[in-house]
Amino acid sequence: MSALRILVPVKRVIDYAVKPRVNKAQTGVETAGVKHSMNPFDELSVEESVRIREKKSAPGGVEDICVISAGPTKAQDVLRTAMAMGADRGIHVEVKEGEDLEPLSVAKLLKSAVEQQKSNLVILGKQSIDDDANQTGQMLAGLLGWPQATQASKVEFGAGDTVSVTREVDGGVETLKAKLPMIITTDLRLNEPRYASLPNIMKAKKKPLEKKTLADFGITADKRLKVLKVMEPPPRQGGGKVDDVDGLISKLKELGAI
Amino acid sequence: MSLPPPNPELRRQVIAIYKELLTLGKDYPLGPSYFRPRLHKAFMSNASLRDEAQIRQGIARAEFVRKEIEALYYLKRYRTLRKRYDGV
Repeated sequence: MSALRILVPVKRVIDYAVKPRVNKAQTGVETAGVKHSMNPFDELSVEESVRIREKKSAPGGVEDICVISAGPTKAQDVLRTAMAMGADRGIHVEVKEGEDLEPLSVAKLLKSAVEQQKSNLVILGKQSIDDDANQTGQMLAGLLGWPQATQASKVEFGAGDTVSVTREVDGGVETLKAKLPMIITTDLRLNEPRYASLPNIMKAKKKPLEKKTLADFGITADKRLKVLKVMEPPPRQGGGKVDDVDGLISKLKELGAI
Repeated sequence: MSLPPPNPELRRQVIAIYKELLTLGKDYPLGPSYFRPRLHKAFMSNASLRDEAQIRQGIARAEFVRKEIEALYYLKRYRTLRKRYDGV
């Protein structure tokens, strides 16, 4: 029975409560001076790894919970938050502001991080709320050749390094069973992420935080995708009221619906 | 007339929960500028308490409020994300 070494990738994104604005050049959203926080789906994965340790649900125990984030210097804030929630240590991969990585580059980076850290379980958020790609976990599983259980709503451990993951699908739930090492991505109903308490925030400041560069993982920030244009959705057209059935019928005919 | 000094252990607990609530208040939906004066007022109104049972009751109430605020944050986020991603 192997002890778990969990790797939890986290991303710093614009806070979910902020309404994003498209920048003037229409190349992306305005990030300067906007409140940022940890991607909510990543909070779920940090919480899940901490719970696996606290509830002792893994028979081999949890040896290490390492959070990793690639981003500008401020990404360290979310790493500290994750450590305040209970992660043991953090790795910050410095990426210049505005030089965002694509899911494939992130997956390649994580692959080499997994090898360096000797992780045997990677718990990722299913997607980030800024670009909503929902690809990184799947690509990482492909690169590593590990089993993947995406959008988990429940994670249980069995004998002989097996993990059962329940996921919500159309019309019911589906349970997958796989052997470690594996990849899990989290869905919204997996758990209720805790709020880091003040003493834990203080303790997190003393936890080790490694600083690395993309070169340490043999990655460059090349882009395969090109953003042509970013636009706000068109404003909703107001509806109209009709007085009676005849009015409705004539309106529908006008619109060519009947 | 000045009040006798309070029990130091209880005083420590009160300050700890006050700081904890203050940190929580930074994320309050209506903003920390709304939260902070109200929090301060709530604590100040009980500043003259010297009866230990009553102080303990006050701390328990503050703990309750902390849990409520945490639940509020969680639910607010959960509902927003559910609306966005589950299309409900």
